[in-house]
Amino acid sequence: MSERSGGAPALSVRDLRVWYGTDRGPVRAVDGVSFDIEAGQTLGLVGESGCGKSTLGRALLGLLPAGSKTDGEILVDGTDLSSLPDKERRALRGSRMGMVFQEPMTRLNPLMRVSQMFDEALGANEPSLSKTERHDRALDVLRRMGIPPTRWSSYPHEFSGGMRQRIMIALALVLRPRFVVADEPTTALDVLVEAQIIRILADLRRDYDTAMLLITHNLGIVAEACDRVAVMYAGEIVEIGPAREVFGQPRHPYTRDLLGSTISLSTDGLRYIAGAPPDLVEPPPACRFHPRCPDAMRVCQERYPRWTSGPADTEAACWLLERDQLGEDEAAPLERERIADADEA
Amino acid sequence: MFARGSLTRYVLQRLLLTIPMVWLLLTLVFLLLRVAPGDPVSASLGGRLSEAALDERRAALGLDRPLFTQYLDYLNQVAHLDFGTTISDRTPILNVIRDNGGVTLTLGVAGMLVALLIGVPAGLLAARHRDGVSDTGIRLFGIVSYAAPVFFTGLLAQLFFAVKLDWFPTSGIASPVTKFQVEPITHIILLDAILQGDGGAFLEILHHLVLPGVTLGLLLSGVFIRLVRVNMLQTLQSDYVEAARARGVGERAVVWRHAFRNALVPFVTVLGLQIALLLSGAVLTETTFNLPGLGLQLVNYIEDRDYTAVQGIITLFALVVIAISIIVDIVNAFIDPRVRYS
Amino acid sequence: MTAASSSPEDVASKRGFLPRRVFVTPFTQTTGLARWILLAGVVLTLLFVVAAIFAPWIAPYGFDQKSAGGVNFPRAVPPNGTHIFGTNTQFYDVFSRVVWGARTAIEVVGLALVFALIIGVPLGLVSGYLGGWLDRILVLVNDTLFAFPSLLLAIVFAFLLSSRLGGGVIAAAVSLTVIYVPQYFRVVRSTTLSAREATYVEAARAMGARKLTIMRRYLFANVIQSVPVIGTLNAADAIGTLAALGFLGLGIQPTEASEWGYDLRRALADASAGIWWTSAFPGLAIVLLVTGLTLVGEGLNETLNPTLRRRRLRPVVLPPRSGQDSGEES
Repeated sequence: MSERSGGAPALSVRDLRVWYGTDRGPVRAVDGVSFDIEAGQTLGLVGESGCGKSTLGRALLGLLPAGSKTDGEILVDGTDLSSLPDKERRALRGSRMGMVFQEPMTRLNPLMRVSQMFDEALGANEPSLSKTERHDRALDVLRRMGIPPTRWSSYPHEFSGGMRQRIMIALALVLRPRFVVADEPTTALDVLVEAQIIRILADLRRDYDTAMLLITHNLGIVAEACDRVAVMYAGEIVEIGPAREVFGQPRHPYTRDLLGSTISLSTDGLRYIAGAPPDLVEPPPACRFHPRCPDAMRVCQERYPRWTSGPADTEAACWLLERDQLGEDEAAPLERERIADADEA
Repeated sequence: MFARGSLTRYVLQRLLLTIPMVWLLLTLVFLLLRVAPGDPVSASLGGRLSEAALDERRAALGLDRPLFTQYLDYLNQVAHLDFGTTISDRTPILNVIRDNGGVTLTLGVAGMLVALLIGVPAGLLAARHRDGVSDTGIRLFGIVSYAAPVFFTGLLAQLFFAVKLDWFPTSGIASPVTKFQVEPITHIILLDAILQGDGGAFLEILHHLVLPGVTLGLLLSGVFIRLVRVNMLQTLQSDYVEAARARGVGERAVVWRHAFRNALVPFVTVLGLQIALLLSGAVLTETTFNLPGLGLQLVNYIEDRDYTAVQGIITLFALVVIAISIIVDIVNAFIDPRVRYS
Repeated sequence: MTAASSSPEDVASKRGFLPRRVFVTPFTQTTGLARWILLAGVVLTLLFVVAAIFAPWIAPYGFDQKSAGGVNFPRAVPPNGTHIFGTNTQFYDVFSRVVWGARTAIEVVGLALVFALIIGVPLGLVSGYLGGWLDRILVLVNDTLFAFPSLLLAIVFAFLLSSRLGGGVIAAAVSLTVIYVPQYFRVVRSTTLSAREATYVEAARAMGARKLTIMRRYLFANVIQSVPVIGTLNAADAIGTLAALGFLGLGIQPTEASEWGYDLRRALADASAGIWWTSAFPGLAIVLLVTGLTLVGEGLNETLNPTLRRRRLRPVVLPPRSGQDSGEES
């Protein structure tokens, strides 16, 4: 765990919003998200495809495409990244924050040797280092990732997918950033390799002080490698807390359904969540999950649910948790048309 | 025998694969020039010489023998770098090549240099400012410079810079005096002037080369602008560029070391194909500016209906094109390590 | 070029009816400057097509006419009231020659491309579908032809055909055909190759459909998409090559029709005398027509190849924060 107790978290996000412009209107990809990650901690970010987790990750690094607008605060060591001018923000990439991308096959320049990539990364972010120092640091990180020094001068295409991903992780960590965003780092890899990478990411918590945001749709990975988990739906976080607690005792209906639909050796029937993720241009009013929620009440489409704290430092936003404070009318079950088959994802 | 991924192995493989192509080209050239009715000798000299004299010429050129024998002879000759003799005055084509090849080579190099100097930076600039005014302007420039026939551009250049402004000569490679003075050592007149230490001749030749060189270069630059621009746009959007930016690599390094260098690879590949364009353009440029190169000779021989001469020069051009494409492939394998492994 | 293996229905519906895609979407999908440029290209091309079709009405004189109403034309006069582009050293009216030249160019190039299509497309289909040694030989021949300088190829063919077919439009068209066949062959073959492995073709084969039927019904539609772009760009190239042949004296013979390249060759000698109109106008015609065709081709490419398209960006305005919390840590 983190060596420093107390003090500011490594990464603090407040009310982050990312909207894209389209012909039909702005797409609210991320619509008011807040969380903290302490140094040395890993926060898993899970949700369906299209819920905005990737956008969130990119927004932290400032890697969003043209035509998007960001709002909110991203605090690293007390500095608000979003308020910085572009140039300064770019300068912080690498040294303060890093990213591990999804497809390792295309993320490494095919014409550069591994040695040159490390040289470049260290040279750009820590110019005071000598050549030998750079060499040593790089080799050290690579060794921890399981890449032998004999491969130092190899080209990317000489490595397998799993090894390339390890090189990418090494490239991010060698710069000792305050936090790293790992965007579906194992989705493109096969299961055995995936396990190795997840093991590496889990061990990182011990060796480095880096805070990590691990974005994935695979709940098993989160259970393996993350201290805390945030469940995201339609651009918002609906539940957050220590991974063990959230998975052991999910409090938000979406989290419950997500866990329920995971397939394991003990699965005897396929369960899925009815309906499809909502349109982010005109999301459902109030609680965005209410059209698909099996326990939806009338209040769910009228008023936004409030955050309620639960045991062991978990939080969830759901009216079900405050049922006792609702009037009889509000708590009545929500009448909806049956979800048409055509709406199924 | 050779390690996988070694350059030598790739070179050998490549050379081996070229042999069928060379053979095919030579066969095509041979067949094509036999397609015309009548025989080459009557076509070019008929009416000028007596029948007996014509027969003599035919025998000398081996045209009275069966077609297949002629074919084998042709292949044999080419293998020994003998390109035949002209019908009109029985000069060995090799001599024609020796005397005129230098000018074509010089013109080609000049054109290529100009094209690279204009095209590559322009393509880069266009890619950096995608969809901006400079991008559109540069693209339009590229399209128009390629659309304009090289002889038209040359004519306009002559009209304006030579006739009107009198800055450059309208034609020729050098004055007759200079041509007489410079000893043919390499038969490339520009080089010979250098080797002889004749600074005046050297400058004079350069002076004559400016208009034709720029004209030819402009034609090619259009192609280069597009190539560089498209490749740069692709590499600038690539995943590894984004990953590099995420690591904090400076924008300048990203553009040069990642985007540009990677964009050069497909560019160099296609560069070899431009030799074909360069040769075609050279033929037209030499005609426009009356430069004593192989292109002009080819045109003259065509007018004279001198089949063997045309065959000889076309054969040489074909071999040059293939040779250059091999060289380009090898250079490409040198730059891009992935190629050697396939 | 990415070849898509989708069924003909997919091609028609998913990406829009082909004529609509070719004619309408270039305008609706492109933005700002790109749209104007495409428009300019279309206008330029149409200008010459119209001139070609209506030449007998637009051109005041015949292409080899040296007099009118018993009066000889003046020799080499600059543009004036009677001869708006002037006359050349052979007493011809330059404007008429330019207009008739447009007809020659469009005729020859049109014919050449049709011939190239007729030869290249079926060859490519057959070669791609049947494979084997036939395919390998055809590919080798194709690559060899493709590597050779196109002008030289045209020169050789023109050189030979002039004795057989004369110096007219047909002969010139055939000389050009050979240059463009390889492109169609290559594109059609690669599309066929990828479409061949598509599951719906496998299903058809399983049902017992004959090879010809498969080729005709399923593969043809896929192939058709790439042809408009290549065709337009080839047309642009062909105009230039025809002019080059004319310049070298190998193209259309002056007795058959008016040709821009030939006029430029004649105009070479005029340069030193300061006579500019005999070269400027034919040359400009070539530049404008080729540019127009190229712009159209590029525009088509951007539409039919959606990866190159840039989507329109709309500005976003974020409303101020409502204070509604969503995930705030205590």
